[in-house]
Order: sequence, then C-alpha cells, then structure tokens
Amino acid sequence: MSPLLHARGVAKTFGRTRALRDASLSIDAGEVVAISGPSGSGKSTLLHCLAEIVVPDEGEIHYGGTRVDELDEDARTRLRREAFGIVFQFGGLVPELTAEENVAVSLMFRGTDRAEASAAAREWLERVGVGDCAALRPGELSGGQAQRVAVARALATEPAVIFADEPTGALDSVTGEEVLGLLLGAARERGATVVLVTHDNRIAAYADREVVVRDGVVSDVPAVAR
Amino acid sequence: MSTPQILLALLAERPKHGYELKREHDERLPGAKPLPYGQVYSTLQRLERDGLVAVAEVVQENGPERTVYELTPKGEERMRAWLAETEPPLPYVGGALFSRVVMALVAGGDARAGLDRQRAAHLERMRELTRAKTAPGASVAEVLAADYALLHLDADLRWMELAVRRLADLTKEISR
Repeated sequence: MSPLLHARGVAKTFGRTRALRDASLSIDAGEVVAISGPSGSGKSTLLHCLAEIVVPDEGEIHYGGTRVDELDEDARTRLRREAFGIVFQFGGLVPELTAEENVAVSLMFRGTDRAEASAAAREWLERVGVGDCAALRPGELSGGQAQRVAVARALATEPAVIFADEPTGALDSVTGEEVLGLLLGAARERGATVVLVTHDNRIAAYADREVVVRDGVVSDVPAVAR
Repeated sequence: MSTPQILLALLAERPKHGYELKREHDERLPGAKPLPYGQVYSTLQRLERDGLVAVAEVVQENGPERTVYELTPKGEERMRAWLAETEPPLPYVGGALFSRVVMALVAGGDARAGLDRQRAAHLERMRELTRAKTAPGASVAEVLAADYALLHLDADLRWMELAVRRLADLTKEISR
C-alpha cells in the first residue's frame, strides 16, 4: 500500500535560516505520528510543508499518490480545506467570531449552508466539552477552552488528515492531555491520520510512532519504534 | 522495602485477612512488583509478634479458614510515624542508564546512534504506559502509577538530550 503522505528530500529556507535541509518520511492512512525534536530543529516547518501551508524550496510532497507541492495556490487551498484540519499552539481562532462561528466557518468554506454549519458546530463544541461557550469570543475563553474550540474546528470538516502544531504547548499538563485525548479519540474513531508536532515526550507517547527532526534533517526511525 | 508499613496502612481502613491485603497491595500499587503470598504471611506474623497488629477473628466462608488482622494502637502510631517521614532524595546519581550514556560520550565513537536507540526504547515503553492509562476502565491507581513511570522516563529522555548538547564541553574537559 502506498503511503497517504510522503515527503522526499524536502528543504526550506526562510531568509538566511535553513529551517529544513533534507526531510524524507512516509505516513500511512490512519497513523498517528509525532514529529519531535529540539526547538528550532525544523519540525514545525516540516508540518507546514506537509500541510501545504508553505511550499518547499526543494524536494517533493505527495498526498494520496499525487504530487501536491507543485499545485497552484488555489488548488493547495482547496486541498487544505477539503482534506486537512489544522490545530495550532495558540488556537488560531478568529478573535471577532464566536466559538460557534469559528467552527461553522470551516464548514461554510466547504459549501455547507449557514444553518447546517451552525448546528454541526454546536454539536462539535458539545462533544469536546465546551458546548456552553458557543456564544463566547476567543478573548473570553481560557486557554484550554480555546484549544477545545480549535480541536472542534479541525474535526468538524471530518478531514482525512489532522495536523497539530504543539496543540498542548500553551496548556498545563492535565488540560493538555485532556485536549489531546479528545483530538486523538475522535481521529482514531474515524480512522483519520494525525501528524502531531511536539517537543514534549509525554505527548509524543500518545502517537503510534515518532519521527525525530534534528538540525533540519529527518532521521530514519529506528526499527524498534515501528 | 516498606512492606510492613504498607500492610499497616492498608489495615488502617478496616481489619483484613492476608489474601485481601495481597490483593489490595497489588491494586493500589499497580506499578510495583506483586507481593508474594508468603511475604504477606511472614510479615503479618512479625507485625503480630511486635504488637503492631492483632488477630481480630478467624472466618470461614466456603473455603479455608482466614485469619483477619487489625491494627493495634501501637501499629497505628508506627504507621503514622512512617507517613510523617520524608523520603530522602537520592544522594548519588546512579543507574545503568547514567553510566552507559556518560561512558558512551567519554569513549567517543557514535554516541548519537546509541542515544537514538535508547530514546526509541524509552518512547516505546512510554507508549505502552500511555495506552494503559488511557484504556477504558483504567483505575485511578493505574493512572497514577503510569504517570509516575512516564515522568521518570521523560526525565531520562530530557537529560539525554541535554547530555548531547554538553558533549562538546565534556570532550574539552577530557582532553585537558
């Protein structure tokens, strides 16, 4: 079976900083993979390349057997909206919108009408334990609540792949594990693939396996971890 | 180990027989080595001899006779004194992992590859513990035991990362 996501020889430079030098990895459908490594190792850049948020300078990214790094901006945006869900460290919620609207918008981008999107959003917020926060704006939420809303937003479109960049980084360890448990529970239930960037070993232990990025290079995963 | 004190603490709840004590020890301390029956009975005999527990009754419920023990006031006092003590922080850093990693750095060669393998082994164990603690129906005692082990393994991993970053300084120190 060919992998769902595949990166080969990916390199990316920002200004004078070489964020990624040579990253190759394969991720199968339904896998939960942790990308770990010290600060500044290039792990977030790798996630952004895989999620089609940034375009690599060198190398190739394949999704579902199709090369996607060469697609134009519109096609990559469509891919992100239709197949990917993304959770950032600090929620990345739109501050002017309520929690419900933040979740509903991701569905409306995909063509769901407003009423249906709002109903689905409320259901997802309920499911991640913040149903009573639906009418609040991000500024009125605690860190843990905001991150639950971000998880609901990422899950609502039922994406094939969920990318999470330090999703628990701003939370205390008990809240972080609760939020991660919700995210992974829902993903595993649906057989979704999860790519999780973390510098926290205990968070990495929630994944099926670990990919370590060191100085912009992805080391091959030792057999014992597969 | 502190088996006598643990048995006293378990008896503080209510009188119990040896089999119950063994079962409760293993349930409350799921990360610890299971307590052998023989040790339960020999420990209870010593505690009885020292006046820390006493036989409350002998019961027979469709099986063999079971001796039920209860805590004496002296036993209660001994148990409270034990709980009030602090556990001394380890005076020396020891352990096979510490020595192996430092020697790998000292001996030169590909220390990194060894550390990567060690990391993979640690993380595999951490995944097992995470699965155990997130399994439906995991008891609070099991979650606590898994958390304790996870935090210690995490500390090993973070120390190993730090050791690699200090490698250059260590090499300088050795070649002086």
